[in-house]
Amino acid sequence: MIGGRGGAAVSSARTADRTFQFLLAAMAAAVPVIIGAMLVALIAAAWPAIQRFGGAFFVTSTWDPVAEEFGVLPFVYGTLVSSALALVIAVPLGLGVAIFLAELVPGWLRSPISFFVELLAAIPSVVIGLWGIFVLVPWVRTALGPLLSASLGSLPLFRGPPLGIGMLTAGLILAVMVVPFIVAVSTEVMRTVPRSQREAALALGATRWETTRTAVLPYARSGIIGAVFLALARALGETMAVTMVIGNVPQIKTSLFAPAYTIPAVIANEFSEATSDLYVAALIYAGLVLFIVTVIVNALARLLVRRVAHGPTQIRE
Amino acid sequence: MTLRQVVIAVLAVTAGAAAVPAAAQGLTLNGAGATFPFPLYSKWSQVYAAEKGVQINYQSIGSGGGIRQFIAKTVDFGATDGPMTDEQVAQAGGRVLHVPMVAGAVVPVYNVPGVPIGLDFTPDVLADIFLGRITKWNDPRLVKSNSTVPLPAADIVVVHRSDGSGTTAIWVNFLSKVSAEWRSKVGEGTSVNWPAGLGGRGNEGVAGLVRQTPNSLGYVELAYALTNKMTFGDVQNRAGQFVRPTLTSTTKAMEGALKNIPEDYRVFFTNPEGRDVYPVAGFTWILIQGDQGDPAKGKALVEFLWWATHDGQKYAPTLLYALLPKSLIGRIERTLKSVTAKGAPVLP
Repeated sequence: MIGGRGGAAVSSARTADRTFQFLLAAMAAAVPVIIGAMLVALIAAAWPAIQRFGGAFFVTSTWDPVAEEFGVLPFVYGTLVSSALALVIAVPLGLGVAIFLAELVPGWLRSPISFFVELLAAIPSVVIGLWGIFVLVPWVRTALGPLLSASLGSLPLFRGPPLGIGMLTAGLILAVMVVPFIVAVSTEVMRTVPRSQREAALALGATRWETTRTAVLPYARSGIIGAVFLALARALGETMAVTMVIGNVPQIKTSLFAPAYTIPAVIANEFSEATSDLYVAALIYAGLVLFIVTVIVNALARLLVRRVAHGPTQIRE
Repeated sequence: MTLRQVVIAVLAVTAGAAAVPAAAQGLTLNGAGATFPFPLYSKWSQVYAAEKGVQINYQSIGSGGGIRQFIAKTVDFGATDGPMTDEQVAQAGGRVLHVPMVAGAVVPVYNVPGVPIGLDFTPDVLADIFLGRITKWNDPRLVKSNSTVPLPAADIVVVHRSDGSGTTAIWVNFLSKVSAEWRSKVGEGTSVNWPAGLGGRGNEGVAGLVRQTPNSLGYVELAYALTNKMTFGDVQNRAGQFVRPTLTSTTKAMEGALKNIPEDYRVFFTNPEGRDVYPVAGFTWILIQGDQGDPAKGKALVEFLWWATHDGQKYAPTLLYALLPKSLIGRIERTLKSVTAKGAPVLP
């Protein structure tokens, strides 16, 4: 009966298969094409500024729309430092929550905690920004800031008056926003670690912590690093919440209490009222720089993941 | 009922409905620009559609965007809080008209524990605070004009707008006029390279920072300061008076500036002459082409602007915008009468 359908049916099935294949290939190709198109569009729109400022744009600290002198260095600094600060806070916290959820949590508590973590990820950033202005900023000014100045004030990192607005608060708010990413992805990755792996460790007399450290974490390492870089990408591009608490001053100061500025924030702030062509081009050039920074960070992430990818096999042996 | 009957019935009903409004029926005017006048323009658009049947679509995308769209001719009118530069006027081509609609004032707001509304600021003190020269609230020059107020020995936390805005343009234009140092070091524009202070996004961002930070000083629109019950100060005018910012003292500022307002209205009229004027104020304009391509649309547009600068003005004070003075409206009438479409005046 199958043979009876004849060659026509087979060839039509083959055509369908080909079409399907072609369609999927086109979809996959769309992603690099879109990224390429973005890059081309950014370079084209930023061209007047690229011609005018060239490479000096990366190392100049002046941002003067009146005199039309633009340099992006303080914004790159602010973007990288606020994101790094966010990771310093969010990675230990997120990993702690993830280990608890994957290894220790009693069954009845798991879904409420996961629910709240997911809820945190779903809050719009402008709402988090408002919370930042009305809750986090006063708290940093009256509680955390004075505490840090009193205890660690001798370090250059915590000099000057804590205004509540500044790099530290931006790092804190970014940490709040990226923790859910780290928790959600890391928990899933740790749950995929085979049960036998844990049982083997326990059978050898390992404690719970030792099991986690020697059997689970190494196995899940590349996934966890992936989660961290996903969080970093989110932190680098975050705009609204950061601009509401960072103080928006393009400067490079060692003190975390000092106000700073980030690339997404300056673009969001100034683009709508930028009137001269060079000014608009400079803002787009800043966008291009952010694009480049993100690409570099992602490339580093890839390299890192590849280097640690051998982890699980070594454990298995 | 057959299908055909249904179709005929539907057509009849829609045709009947469409026939109701008068001459300008179905016309839509598209505009885009400044955010500051948006509440007023949306009120106007609502009232005008009900009264005259002309739809006004206004998108508040910011003055810079409004000017860009106006130059690109993607809108029937633009709107801005800062006049177009000569270069932009040249880019737009044709005869560009700036028509003032209402005015707004920019006020110094502060949060100093124990200090009530109405601190007196002289222009040079404001400039030096924003330059970072005066850094303490009990600076002798501040104490001099506020001898009865207990000013603390605290650092002044300066707060400015971080986004480009017409509010900033008016504020720094005033500072440029009263301080040579400001003019040469910082200059003016919708965004500047601030020598001191923190940046907040939007009026609400500045207000939030000022509210949250003790001993801070910033600037916001008068309307914003009033609706949010903020503590704001008086500014000394050219006549030497410390004047409380109000809608009346803002309208007085326009009257005071009248003889210095050029024919094309492209001016920041801050720090004008005259008594009882509040010196930090500016127009918000609607931008139109003096020679309209489409006679019907051109007529509807000019009629709307005529209505806005006459009957429409009564909606301004409740929304906390300062009325145009009578003396200025006469001049605006002449400007509107100069608009042509295909060579013929659009107004009789």
